[in-house]
Formats: sequence, C-alpha cells, structure tokens
Amino acid sequence: MIEGARWKKWLWFYLPLGAFVFGLLFPFYWMAVTTLRPDKELYRPWNSPLYEPFWTSSPTLDHIKNLLYETLFGQWMWNTMLIATLATIISLVCGVFAGYALARLKFRFAGMLGTVIFITYLVPQTLLFIPLADIIRDYHLGDTPWALILTYPTFLIPFCTWLMMGYFKAIPKELEECARIDGAARWQAMVYIIFPVALPGILSAAIFAFTLSWNEFIYALVFLSSPEQKTVPVGVVSELIRGDVFFWGPLMAGALIGSVPVAVVYSFFVEHYVAGMTGAVKG
Amino acid sequence: MAAVVNAPVAAKSGRILEREDALAFWLLFPTFALLAIFIAYPFVRGVWLSLTNATVGEAGHFVGLANFTKIFDDSIFRTAALNTFVYTAITTVFKLALGLWLALLLNRHFRGKSWVRAFILLPFIIPTVLSTLAWKWMFDPTFSVLNWTFWKLHFINGRINWLGDPELAMTSIIIVNVWRGVPFYAISLLAGLQTINPDLHEAAAIDGANRFQRFWYVTWPLLLPVTMVVVLFSIIQTFADFQLVYVLTGGGPANATHLFATYAYQIGIGTGLLSEGAAISLAMFPALLLVVVFQLWYIRRVENR
Repeated sequence: MIEGARWKKWLWFYLPLGAFVFGLLFPFYWMAVTTLRPDKELYRPWNSPLYEPFWTSSPTLDHIKNLLYETLFGQWMWNTMLIATLATIISLVCGVFAGYALARLKFRFAGMLGTVIFITYLVPQTLLFIPLADIIRDYHLGDTPWALILTYPTFLIPFCTWLMMGYFKAIPKELEECARIDGAARWQAMVYIIFPVALPGILSAAIFAFTLSWNEFIYALVFLSSPEQKTVPVGVVSELIRGDVFFWGPLMAGALIGSVPVAVVYSFFVEHYVAGMTGAVKG
Repeated sequence: MAAVVNAPVAAKSGRILEREDALAFWLLFPTFALLAIFIAYPFVRGVWLSLTNATVGEAGHFVGLANFTKIFDDSIFRTAALNTFVYTAITTVFKLALGLWLALLLNRHFRGKSWVRAFILLPFIIPTVLSTLAWKWMFDPTFSVLNWTFWKLHFINGRINWLGDPELAMTSIIIVNVWRGVPFYAISLLAGLQTINPDLHEAAAIDGANRFQRFWYVTWPLLLPVTMVVVLFSIIQTFADFQLVYVLTGGGPANATHLFATYAYQIGIGTGLLSEGAAISLAMFPALLLVVVFQLWYIRRVENR
C-alpha cells in the first residue's frame, strides 16, 4: 500500500471492522457484567447519575449462587446435554449412512430421494409443532426427554446428510475399488475405508448438530411441561421469569452459563465448524 | 460352535448387501423412517387438524375451510401476516448488505484474522433465546444501557421505549434478528469470496477497472450462486421465526408484533384451539413452498451450467 494511505486504511478498514466486532460481541459482554453486578447497582435507572454501565465496582457471585442453588438450572443443563448428545448421535448415524448411499451408490430414485431430504431440510419447526404435539401425546412421549431426542433428528439428519454427501463425493472412487479388489465386502469398504477418510466431515456435522440441538426452542417449549424436564433455553425463559418480574441477575447468569457448553465445543473445533458451514452452502 | 452355524447366514446377508440397491435401502431406511413419522405424518395430520374444530382434549369433527375463513377475517392474523413479510424483507436486505460488507473486510489479510473470524460467529452459535434475553435486558425501558448511551451522546432527551411502543417494537426485533444473522451471512459469503481466483481481480485492475467496477463485474457475478443459497435459506428461517418475538415481546404490545409462528403458538397452545393454530401455521406453507421450489430450480440451473 502506498505511504500516506494509512489513514484511509483506518477509515475504510479498521474502523468498520472494529465497529462490527464491537456490535456483535457487546451483548455477551453485557451478559457477563450483569451477572457479576449486585442488585443494588443493577436496578439503578439509566438516567440516574450513579449509573455505571460498563463496569462494576463491587462484583458479586450472588446471582450465580442463586442460579445454581435456588433453581433447577443444573438439572436443565444435564437434560440439555443428554438430549443434545443423543440426538446428535442418532442424526450422525442416519446422516452418514444416508449421505453415503446417496453419494456413492447407484440405485433407482436416488436423485428423487436426495431432493426429498433436501426439502425436509427446509421445513421449519414452526410449521409442524401443533400436530407434532398431538402425535407426541399419542405416543406417550410428552414431558419426557424422548420427545426431543426423537424429533430433533428430523431437522438434523437432512443437514448431516447433505454435508456428508459433499464429503463422500470428494473421496476418489479408486480408494474403495482397491479395497474391493483386496476382497473387502462393499459394507466393509464403506466402514473401514471411506468413513475414516470422511472423519473431518463427520466432526463438522457433529458440532453443528450439537449446537443446533442446544439452540432448539419451540419443540422443547411445547413438548415439555414439568420444570425438572426442561432444557436450558426453555427453563431460563419460563422458570426464571415469574409473571412480570424479571430477575435479571440470575437470568443473565443463566444465559451466560447456559452458553458455555456450546461455546466450548465451538472453540475446540472452530475450523471444522466454519468448514461445515461453507460445505453446507456449497452442497 | 455358534459362529460356525451362523456363518452361512452371515455370508448370505453379506451377499445381499453386495447389491447396491439393497445396501442403499438399508442405509436410507432409518432416515426415511424418522422423516416419515416426524415430518410427513405430522404434515398430513396438520392439514387434517386445520380442517376440523379440534381443541385440546377434544377430537372435533370436519368443518371444511371454516378455520381458514375465520383466520382471514381476524385482524390480528392479518397484522401477523403483514409483519412476517415486512420482517423477512427488511432483515434480509440488512443482513445481506452488512454481511457482504463484513465478508469483504474479512477477505483481506490482517493480523488476528482467525480470532476475529472465530469471535464474530458467536451471535450465531450461542443459543438464540439466551442472547435475545441479553437484548431484552438492554432494551429495558428503565435500565437500558442503549438509552444511557444515546442520552450521553445527546441524541435523546427522554427515554426510548424499545419494546413497549407498538411502532418501535418491530424495529427492535428487526435489529436483534439482523445482529444474529449477519455473522452467518458474512462467514458463508467469505467462503464464497475465497473461491474466487485473485488473478481475475488483477487482470481487471490491469484493464483499468476501479475498485467498484472490480466488485460489480468480477466479484459479484461469481459470488451470486453462494449468495442465492444463503439468502433463500435465511428467508425460510426468518419467515418461520419464533424465538425472537416470543422472548422480546410475546407478540405484544397489543398484538402488534406477532409473526405467523408466534400467533399460531398463542392460539394453538396458549388458548388450546389446536385446529385454528394448525391453520395459522399452515398459512405459512404456500410462501415457504414458493421459496423452496425456486431454490431447487436455481440449484439445478447452476449445476447444469
């Protein structure tokens, strides 16, 4: 870059980029500050002279203690973890199998079945939640984790399938043919040769499925009713707000701690996550 | 001993799996079983439900299109329908514009790029309901940090009632949706930008194209397929949105901010009028179908080119 254009770079590059980063991350900072702020400071109107928005002079862990000891938050974390993990496993198994079949095998209706899966990928949960609630009740799954473990795969499998199809298509056919010549059965070549090569794809799909399960809201809201069965998003929204009273300290503590598992999984596998996202876009 | 007895059986099943169509059938079976039970069947059942007068605990009987004529006469439903279209249109324009801008910024080389890229995705990763609660707290009429900021900057004298004012509430919801959506657009478009060969830019620059011309005649046409996929996917998600409105306003004040999904929830689950709720949900279907058909057509066209 030419000398003297430095201020231009600041104006057109660093300034907007900084504004984006600030704007996108500020709500999380705000969650954290609120979590640590004592009630006395929390409920001070914005136009009061003592309003100190961006820091707190007397941080406290009261809200976190309140959340962990006075509410069912721990139970909700466990429920969500269980549901997200099992739904992810089911979706991965189905998605990897289906993706392999659609990408590598020749059979009638292959194209049509692929299109059907793609269409279900685009069906939003809000279209079907009312009849689905009826069906869940018929199967006596209502208010149990199974209501979610079995329904979450409906929006996770199509995604996993499409992602895996992309990965499987990129693996050279010769790899499988070599194994076949050496006497491996078709399913052996699939399990022992192709799946290990597609592991990065499987990992991306797993992270995606896990974060999407953790994020899901409307099914959990409608299918579960007792407080001890709820997931984190539903528990925080429905149990920490009583009537019109918002307990902002514990609420923000719940939002912060409830985000931690997803953030941890994400931080370990950022590259896989980004790869999965772009894979899905191109797929 | 048992293994020896079972050997011929195993060999036989192994031989069946050697046939591609048999293997494909068993590999696809679990997926299609789940999709049939939890998507196809609920859909059929939803259509049936919307044609009856069922309520919670009562099966009801066939009433034809009565639910649909009823909701089309309902002014709250019409507001919700209009809101959904406006909400989808405005947020999509902003998410695309800001997302593209951010993607172009991130496509340059600078120190700490991978960190920035990792952190800006957080709004998309963190459970929507939880981050929306933070926004609700930031929008609080009495304790709003946004009000404090604008007040200190001398933009306002009185308070801004972000969620309590019917006119403003929808704008607040749009702000949060854009906030959550921009990272998804930016990272997806960035991936598209990275597939564009830099030589093309160089060639255009040598031919005398300025920065804007290079974007408009080189980058944009090559980015269009990725952009279309991202936009159409995002339109479907936004159109069927529920969480943001449910947490921020619950459809209020005075039912001014309902979307299809939140109104369907209020009627179907809140008041227990299952059939009417199902009808409101299904009212989304024609628009969604149109987008899906268009997307399939577009993908085919790009693939066949």
